Amino acid sequence: MAGIKVFGHPASAPTMRVLLTLHEKNLDFEFVHVDLMGGEHKKEAFLARNPFGQVPAFEDGDLKLFESRAITQYIAHRYEGQGTNLLPADSKNIAHYAIMAIGMQVEAHQFEPVAAKLVSEQVFKLKKGLTTDQAVVAEEEAKLAKVLDVYEARLKEFKYLAGDTFTLTDLHHIPTVKYLLGTPTKKLFTERPRVNEWVAEITKRPASQKILQ
Amino acid sequence: MAGIKVFGHAASTATRRVLLTLHEKNLDFELVHVELKDGEHKKEPFLSRNPFGKVPAFEDGDLKLFESRAITQYIAHRYEEQGTNLLPADSKNISHYAIMAIGMEVEAHHFDPVASKLAWEQVFKLFYGMTTDQAVVEEEEAKLAAVLDVYEARLKEFKYLAGETFTLTDLHHIPVIQYLLGTPTKKLFDERPRVSEWVEEITNRPASQKILQ
Repeated sequence: MAGIKVFGHPASAPTMRVLLTLHEKNLDFEFVHVDLMGGEHKKEAFLARNPFGQVPAFEDGDLKLFESRAITQYIAHRYEGQGTNLLPADSKNIAHYAIMAIGMQVEAHQFEPVAAKLVSEQVFKLKKGLTTDQAVVAEEEAKLAKVLDVYEARLKEFKYLAGDTFTLTDLHHIPTVKYLLGTPTKKLFTERPRVNEWVAEITKRPASQKILQ
Repeated sequence: MAGIKVFGHAASTATRRVLLTLHEKNLDFELVHVELKDGEHKKEPFLSRNPFGKVPAFEDGDLKLFESRAITQYIAHRYEEQGTNLLPADSKNISHYAIMAIGMEVEAHHFDPVASKLAWEQVFKLFYGMTTDQAVVEEEEAKLAAVLDVYEARLKEFKYLAGETFTLTDLHHIPVIQYLLGTPTKKLFDERPRVSEWVEEITNRPASQKILQ
């Protein structure tokens, strides 16, 4: 059995999404490090796995995938009977699934574009010896505040974003949230009680502890 | 029976994704016009339908949804037996579904951000009496060309993006492509033979013609 392999980088948020999912499911896998600094992700062997040249790429036996959120959804379905259930409690209920799907779209289109800019400015630029552009930080924090106001209202009604159980929707946020907790942007979470509780919950899960530095 | 309602704007690409899906499925529905130029989408009662203030929002009986790609997936599953099948031929096959899911992520993260900027600069800005920024058009066309090179390679192997049949993955592209066909960016499609054939196929479908009226 060829098994599960993840081709990525431990500091990459999309790679972390996949690792979180595998840990939640107690699945064995091999992690193959892709040398981003050396441009390995833009060279042929990796491009054959992801022609868009981004980590992570993934294998489960003969099946080869890329795009972190396609991979996490595959794992959640393929290994549904095992480890944490990352789908809605009644996963065959099309209406319940649609509610989780909304949350996954919101993370991808409303939360992540803004949050990723804040991580780039305040974390990754410093690693490259560049300086944070505080004007960009201010602008993006204003946008993130609005998104988190919506999350606060949602989490007043439900324990997690898609309902009363932890699902992929919550999981997809964890890597970027963890990076932001190491920056002044953390205040946007702490100022909102339910968001603050949710952030604490999802980052203290054993799987989250395993992959977050 | 309360039926299906779409709250949106007939010219909005995201609204059109949902309308396309409903037409492919031969489903009856009511389109409730949201007056974007009056900011109706940023006020109540629309915000109760989508707290992020974007069209479309959607109702099927008691179920209320937003985010176009969550809505299209809901429709494709809920009405799987009716009209065009928009899922892979063997929709319960988790691996086949994952391949379609990759394509949906690629459309959302690689194609749409670039293609939408080009539609904004060359089509929508003109509606508002603003001028096209040609420097942005050049920059974004270079990025779109790189994406379409990947599509060309993919479509040399398969008739459609997810395999041999038309699926949601192809459908999600149609509204923005239709706008770009009326701009000089059309050349990027024309220059790539398989992409050109695929664009012709998907825009000639009866449902695709219906949403242009």
